[in-house]
Amino acid sequence: MTVVIGFEGSANKIGVGIIRDGEVLSNPRRTYITPPGQGFLPSDTARHHRAVVLTVLKEALDQAGLQPADIDCVAYTKPGMGAPLVTVALVARTVAQLWGKPLLGVNHCIGHIEMGRLITRANNPTVLYVSGGNTQVIAYSERRYRIFGETIDIAVGNCLDRFARVLKQISNDPSPGYNIEQMAKGSQYVELPYTVKGMDVSFSGILSYIEEAAHRLLTSDQCTAEDLCFSLQWQETLFSMLVEITERAMAHCGSQEVLIVGGVGNLRLQEMMAVMCEERGAKLFATDEFCIDNGAMIAQAGWEMFRSGQVTELEDSWVTQYRTDEVEVTWRP
Amino acid sequence: MAVPEFLSTAELLKQGAEARVYRAQFLGKPAIVKERFPKRYRHSVLDEKLTHRRTVQEVRSILRCRKAGIPAPVVYFVDYTSNCIFMEEILRSTTVRDHIVGAQQSDAGNDVELRLLAQRVGQTLAKMHDEDVIHGDLTTSNMLLRRGPQDKESELVLIDFGLSYISALPEDKGVDLYVLEKAFLSTHPNTELVFEELLKSYAASSKRSPAVIKKLEEVRLRGRKRSMVG
Ligand SMILES: Nc1ncnc2c1ncn2[C@@H]1O[C@H](COP(=O)(O)OP(=O)(O)OP(=O)(O)O)[C@@H](O)[C@H]1O
Ligand SMILES: [Mg+2]
Repeated sequence: MTVVIGFEGSANKIGVGIIRDGEVLSNPRRTYITPPGQGFLPSDTARHHRAVVLTVLKEALDQAGLQPADIDCVAYTKPGMGAPLVTVALVARTVAQLWGKPLLGVNHCIGHIEMGRLITRANNPTVLYVSGGNTQVIAYSERRYRIFGETIDIAVGNCLDRFARVLKQISNDPSPGYNIEQMAKGSQYVELPYTVKGMDVSFSGILSYIEEAAHRLLTSDQCTAEDLCFSLQWQETLFSMLVEITERAMAHCGSQEVLIVGGVGNLRLQEMMAVMCEERGAKLFATDEFCIDNGAMIAQAGWEMFRSGQVTELEDSWVTQYRTDEVEVTWRP
Repeated sequence: MAVPEFLSTAELLKQGAEARVYRAQFLGKPAIVKERFPKRYRHSVLDEKLTHRRTVQEVRSILRCRKAGIPAPVVYFVDYTSNCIFMEEILRSTTVRDHIVGAQQSDAGNDVELRLLAQRVGQTLAKMHDEDVIHGDLTTSNMLLRRGPQDKESELVLIDFGLSYISALPEDKGVDLYVLEKAFLSTHPNTELVFEELLKSYAASSKRSPAVIKKLEEVRLRGRKRSMVG
């Protein structure tokens, strides 16, 4: 039996999860929520994480009914927003030394993918990774999670957040994307820029267009309830682009499975992806609650890595930035 | 005979991401029919606009390339109601992708051969960009190698111009190369040197390449910075 504890805190969520051979023993989490119209700043987020991390850690151990001695490896998330990330890495490093356990830095995106594979049993899916900072289409080949498509400018989550700020009244609880979806039900279609480049997408044009148009509508008082409709067309366009590049990557790789991971993977996106899959005779996997950043996903990827012989030496454990395709996948054939 | 009826008797070669590709005869000539069918996942108004626009763009860019002497299939006929393009079938051809995969599997002397191929691709793309055609979907599946008669040099033919547009901006050309670079390296692991050769010959073949290569570097850097935030 191998038990791994995972620390996640690369953005506005802080979570600690414990995995024992494919079983989630505990997975508590807290989210740093900012007032409407405001994004989360690194320093404030780090302060939030610092204040709650030990409580969350205690919850994780208590809920799992485990002692530190039962843990085999301490995994922590790697690339992400500097200040909160350092906070979490510091705690992980400290407990690993206190408990005398090996330490393991885990690529955040690979955490999402491995958790998705565990929960859904998808074998070799084309992965759409959509989060606040990332938009990538990934597939596995020859020991790497290779990035076939991605945004060439801003991430889809970032785009939705900034749109939410334009509309001001959209709450950040639980996330702007979720609330845009709630407001977006049932409206007529307005054309927006649609930019697909091969397997890549671009969102900056659509954002500047909508920033300009929304401002015009709001200042001329044409926009009260109508702005709600706007969000619909907005997601219709954004999500169509995401489904399209996923399908392009599938055709390119000859893949018949799709897995959506990351915090932006909402219901409308899943619905559209399902239609695409149905038409191709492919299968869609979505991870729902485990889509959102959590500790267990770091523990799960850590579990795979640890079992295949990887550890991170203390002197190498300073947070370094690395891309998903730089990690050698030693645990898959 | 209406186009859909005609297609029901044609041989389906391939269902790609956005189109069905058939093999057929057009006025006695071997032809490929590319049918852009509706995508139900996206809003019907958006879908119709995109499909129509892409059919128009594909035809327009093929013509523009051919006029400039860049090999692309001859367009025989276009049906804008069913969004079908009838074009010349490139006979005795393989995709550059299959060619590279094959060359990487057999080891004898392929290094030189792949570098020659990379040079040819670089030259052709430079010529295309000098005509201000941005392909929009550069991958090794969208380039065909037509074998010449009796072992003569094979010819590179560009296809799949649905995402293309006309632009003189170095930024657009740089992004075009960036898209190719990523598709190339993720499709063909360990070909960094081959791709370098491609860029080198692109740079050598176009007077306007310095600004384009500079943009390519900028776009890459943006990608690297972005990868730092989860
Ligand atoms: N004129 C042609 N002559 C010979 N083969 C062709 C021709 N046009 C297309 N093909 C073949 O059909 C495949 C798909 O064509 P094309 O790239 O135009 O469509 P697509 O829908 O974009 O496909 P995908 O999404 O898979 O790239 C090509 O990779 C090539 O093998
Ligand atoms: Mg193609």
